[in-house]
Amino acid sequence: MATAANRKGRTSNLGERRKQPITLKTLKPRWKRAMEELGREGLVALYRQMFLVRSFEQRCEQMYQQRKIGGFLHLYMGEEAVGVGMLAAIGKDDYVCTSYRDHGIALARGIASRTLMAELFGKVDGLSRGKGGSMHFYSKEHNLLGGHGIVGGQIPIGLGAAFSAKYRDSGQMSLIFLGDGAVQQGAFHECMNIASLWKLPAIFIIENNQYGMGTSTSRSSAVQDFTSKGPGYNMEAIMVDGMNLLDCYSVVADAVAVRRKKPKPLLIEAKTYRYRGHSISDPATYRKKDEIERYRDIDPISQIRSLMAENSWLDEAQAKELEREVRDEVVDAVNFADESPPSDVAERGQHVYAE
Amino acid sequence: MGTMNITMREALNQAMAEEMERDETIFLMGEEVAEYNGAYKVSEGLLDRFGPKRVWDTPISENGFCGLGIGAAMTGLRPIIEFMTFNFAFVAMDQIINNAAKTLYMSGGQFSVPMVMRGPGGAAAQVGAQHSSVLDSIFAYFPGLKVVSPSTPKDAKGLLKTAIRDDNPVIFIENELLYGVSGEVPEEEFTIPMGEGAVRAEGGDVTLIAFSRINHMLLEGIPEFQKEGISVELIDPRTVKPLDLDIIARSVSKTHRVVIVEEGHRFAGVGAQVADEIYQRCFDDLDAPIARVTHAENPLPYAKHLEAVSLPSVAETIRAAKAVLYRA
Ligand SMILES: Cc1ncc(C[n+]2csc(CCOP(=O)(O)OP(=O)(O)O)c2C)c(N)n1
Ligand SMILES: [Mg+2]
Repeated sequence: MATAANRKGRTSNLGERRKQPITLKTLKPRWKRAMEELGREGLVALYRQMFLVRSFEQRCEQMYQQRKIGGFLHLYMGEEAVGVGMLAAIGKDDYVCTSYRDHGIALARGIASRTLMAELFGKVDGLSRGKGGSMHFYSKEHNLLGGHGIVGGQIPIGLGAAFSAKYRDSGQMSLIFLGDGAVQQGAFHECMNIASLWKLPAIFIIENNQYGMGTSTSRSSAVQDFTSKGPGYNMEAIMVDGMNLLDCYSVVADAVAVRRKKPKPLLIEAKTYRYRGHSISDPATYRKKDEIERYRDIDPISQIRSLMAENSWLDEAQAKELEREVRDEVVDAVNFADESPPSDVAERGQHVYAE
Repeated sequence: MGTMNITMREALNQAMAEEMERDETIFLMGEEVAEYNGAYKVSEGLLDRFGPKRVWDTPISENGFCGLGIGAAMTGLRPIIEFMTFNFAFVAMDQIINNAAKTLYMSGGQFSVPMVMRGPGGAAAQVGAQHSSVLDSIFAYFPGLKVVSPSTPKDAKGLLKTAIRDDNPVIFIENELLYGVSGEVPEEEFTIPMGEGAVRAEGGDVTLIAFSRINHMLLEGIPEFQKEGISVELIDPRTVKPLDLDIIARSVSKTHRVVIVEEGHRFAGVGAQVADEIYQRCFDDLDAPIARVTHAENPLPYAKHLEAVSLPSVAETIRAAKAVLYRA
């Protein structure tokens, strides 16, 4: 695994040059191995999951326009490979936490789209009976320790789960997703040091979509290569292509294989891009159209679709069929959420304190 | 003396612009305040007008840039630190409480901290538990801080100018839902002193006391009180600390009954302090125990109907008014 130190000099800015979609010819050995490991069935499943995240969120946008969803709505579109790829490489027992941009992470964690949509509709069948909303998806069953509204707020929580795993000698890992903007919070730095000092099984994943709201990383960070944050804390750090599912999957799979037995942390920077504005109310006029186009060219979902076609794992008809199924699933989720009743008003006072 | 009809957002913007024009040591710093013109557009145009030396976009490092403001204030500058919302000031709480509030005292009067920390606070619309905190009472608790919570464009402008000129750290809590509300504001230069409340509506039966957005809710609800045959007097203290007890006492001596309505929680909320002050000063004037209408004792839920039953309402205030009037 490459560290920041031995990758020095490599520019990390995908945004500056046009990247080509991956093909069988351009597969790196690590990605090839990932493909073999996943097999046709595994890769189709991940393709389906990415497509589900995309379709689910497209539907969320519509539901927001129809005022079925309120409050803030932060979409993950464009970043699907990161959550789906990385979560495919861990087990059910491992812990996950993230920011308010949590729909993709929750779906990739295997939480039913019905339950998530019901939460977005503020209904009783939602994950938190409507008390959390878009930014705060929690699932004890799925070891999802929350979508967090305060930038960087999830980092110490994920660190605590890693500490707990090591304390209990459970072999569990804790995946902590955070944005490029969150790197500038003190919490990130405090937790990086503690994780390294105490060799905790934490994987810090910087989802570098290159903007925190309207501020590009060049205006918020003194360094552009976030893997450089590892060495200062004596922590291994690696850059992955966040538009490439196989890259995301394989890095975490390799990291986890080593760390289960001998806990230690890892820092991953996943270079990615959000297609939409920061939230649904942000028109994102600070970004140029051709920048978005550049990333559309390497769309994480189409890349895997064409790779599988090239490898004769999924032909056009099969892909269409699968996509129709997924769209039906999302329509079903919306109908379910629509029909789910609002929770009783007494729900308001529930769960303030543990009984 | 002419007036102009402007929004709260414009009023705040004008206050900052006028003061920045007057005093070069004033700068504005916060997330998205410069190039994006503010998450809620309160700082619109200020970067263009004053340039990047005076208007700063920060990384998401509240503890750092808020503390920076304190250090700058201790060394000759007059910072305006914007929190995108006050929920994010929790990250900077150590600097606000341990340094902004206490430095003048700890240094035996050597270092004052002339600084404004401002941004929207309170509930918006379905933004959930972590984005809806009401922090007025938390800041008001600490000696050394002043706390302003304006409800009209005029007050926002006059009080923000005063806050900027104040040599103390001032917590200036705006309300997201009021940014678009318009009102008459004097065309010529003016300021409003802290610790001076305003009578929003005159009446004889019950004194209602409210800050910020709640004033609008109650003003709109006045016809409903009238339907019940209740004549209310609405007092807006405008600043939480210092608190204008005189204006409250005058009203209480007339109505003898008080309902305090607040967006924050009941336990140790601002209303608890206001009630205590009234009991100390106006005990003999009161014909009934003071009633309080507050945010329910739960974090604010996302679902609209649960949110609605968590926040104070006109209906609840009418019930409280009837209680202090001993009418069932
Ligand atoms: C402590 C704190 N400060 C500010 C905000 C407002 N805010 C919400 S998201 C965001 C940008 C975060 O950017 P990044 O970490 O890159 O995550 P992304 O949204 O790109 O996924 C900001 C400033 C917040 N929620 N919490
Ligand atoms: Mg980002």
